Amino acid sequence: MAAAETRTGTQLRNGAASLRGLVRPIPLLLAGAVVFLALGSTFSTIFAQQTVAGLAQGAVYSSLALALVLIYRATEVINFAQGEMAMATTYVAYQLILWGLPYWGAFFVTLAVAFVFGTVVQLALIRPVQHKSVIAIVIITVGLFILIDGLVAWKWGADIKFMPSPFGQTVYHVGGVPVAQEDLGTLLVVVISVVLLWGLFRFTKLGLGMRAAALRPDAARLVGVRVDRMLAVGWGLAAVLGAVAGLMAEPAAFVLQPSFMQPILLYAFSAAVLGGLESPIGAVVGGLALGVFLNLVGQYVPFVTSEIRLPFAFLVLLVVLLIKPSGLFGRARVRRV
Amino acid sequence: MRVHAFRLGTIAVVAAVIALLPFGLSNYHVGLFAQVAVFFIAVLGLNILTGYSGQISIGHGAFMAIGGYTTAVMSRDHDTNLVLTMLMAFVVCFAFGLVVGLPALRLSGVYLALVTFALAVSVPQIPLKFSKFLGGSNGVQSARTVSNLWLYGVGWTAAAILFVLAWLLLRGRLGRALRSIRDSEVAAVSSGVELPVYKTFAFGISAAYAGVAGSLFVLATNGFAQPNEFGILLSLELLIGAAVAGLGSLWGVLAGAAFVALLPTISKDVPVVGSQHGQDVVFGLLVILVMLLLPTGFAGLLGRALRGRSP
Repeated sequence: MAAAETRTGTQLRNGAASLRGLVRPIPLLLAGAVVFLALGSTFSTIFAQQTVAGLAQGAVYSSLALALVLIYRATEVINFAQGEMAMATTYVAYQLILWGLPYWGAFFVTLAVAFVFGTVVQLALIRPVQHKSVIAIVIITVGLFILIDGLVAWKWGADIKFMPSPFGQTVYHVGGVPVAQEDLGTLLVVVISVVLLWGLFRFTKLGLGMRAAALRPDAARLVGVRVDRMLAVGWGLAAVLGAVAGLMAEPAAFVLQPSFMQPILLYAFSAAVLGGLESPIGAVVGGLALGVFLNLVGQYVPFVTSEIRLPFAFLVLLVVLLIKPSGLFGRARVRRV
Repeated sequence: MRVHAFRLGTIAVVAAVIALLPFGLSNYHVGLFAQVAVFFIAVLGLNILTGYSGQISIGHGAFMAIGGYTTAVMSRDHDTNLVLTMLMAFVVCFAFGLVVGLPALRLSGVYLALVTFALAVSVPQIPLKFSKFLGGSNGVQSARTVSNLWLYGVGWTAAAILFVLAWLLLRGRLGRALRSIRDSEVAAVSSGVELPVYKTFAFGISAAYAGVAGSLFVLATNGFAQPNEFGILLSLELLIGAAVAGLGSLWGVLAGAAFVALLPTISKDVPVVGSQHGQDVVFGLLVILVMLLLPTGFAGLLGRALRGRSP
């Protein structure tokens, strides 16, 4: 990408935005959605149940979507292998538990493995073609997708495996609405990882370095940021987020199988694009919104059967993109020619 | 001038080899090399879009599906001549491509790529929903099946015609316009290139190529059009083919097509690899390796070799 965002362009845009900023459509829309969900939940138990389940599913999409956004910001490509990397690390957790580690012990060891995995992928496969060709990077991630799929199926077999859920089967009743402990646990784990990550980026020197490396690599290099190292760490963190998504998606899907992350990757793509690919908040909001929306539509619109759930999600995505081509939270880029 | 002669000579040799190949091959291998023709046409179409106009599509498997179903349904319901159904697939997919190209005008780069990706995932779901007309997960069986030799002959003839068509289209005004759009949209518009017309047309023609490929693809699988055959992996294979071929050049397409059409089958015969999973491992490894060694694909390699030949 030879074009760069010009400073004056950004300022001009910001100026225009602040003029129009008196009426902000996106926050208003979101507030409206939250009010709608809250009202609906007080009127109908089923509605409330679907909303909570949707939030839990959406949290998984959010976490993988956030991983995609992290990599997109650092490397300007979509990592097609993100879902399969998450799948592979989930198998690592499965193996560790099989060896007798307690669930949460396996959980944290797996996150460490994921970090190393992501870093190694960046160093060994992405960095050599980093500035040569965007399409080459994309194809390498596609190749990695196929490779990981084959390797995992080779090592563990393509048949379905079972893994214990970290959360019991307990169901709480909140004001008459049954809420599964599993859903709450999933939400909690994802929220904690997102907050930790946000803290890392916001408050630590490492986070500052990573933001600088992603935003203005040349300027960052001039002030002494080790840009290459930062990018590798970024890929590592993305892999950790992916691993969280995989580990949380597994009990919800009940099965562990080499293809189990593929539909989730598709929803995560949609969530990331919906939020605007460059926006971490967008990815989180996009994922949650998608999860809730799909669950409610599945409940109340009979035409949307399970076969066309995914196409339907994409149709909605297309409509959003046609209205706002860079996603809900994305900013249109000003390019110098 | 020498480069030109060299190219013509190469084409003549390649064409001769392709024409003579069936005489020296078993029936099975004729079928296998017919697959190369199928991928050749599809990768060629994708290359027109991605390589020349710069719009990335990860959804060409969807157009192949539409083309394939066109052939299967027309054959099933009206017993239409199969070559005629290929023409229909061309026209139908051209129309679909234009329709997809319209929203694509508003999107660019990664966003467009993801919308086409969505297309690739969504289209194979449609026969499942409308199973009365499109056969559900069992698919549609066309009224006739063809021999491997028929497939080889018709496939490579179609490939040759479409290659010449692409070359004629891209060497002149259209090619220049598309390349200028790829390099800089603003500069292209300033020079009087009508952006919407050219970008949509590129999408249409590219989809039409994929449609013909899809039509042949269905005939190659005993005339069966099935949803799982057109999964996301097919679209990814096409993209791999285009990248291995090298974007923005018609000359590497043969290498790209052979890479994706032959490699999985060949690696199956290697003893250690054996299984489907081993095949995936080898294919994935080679894809990564080729991209690391040749980031610009075979066309880049070819270009370097030619320049070395006549500086």
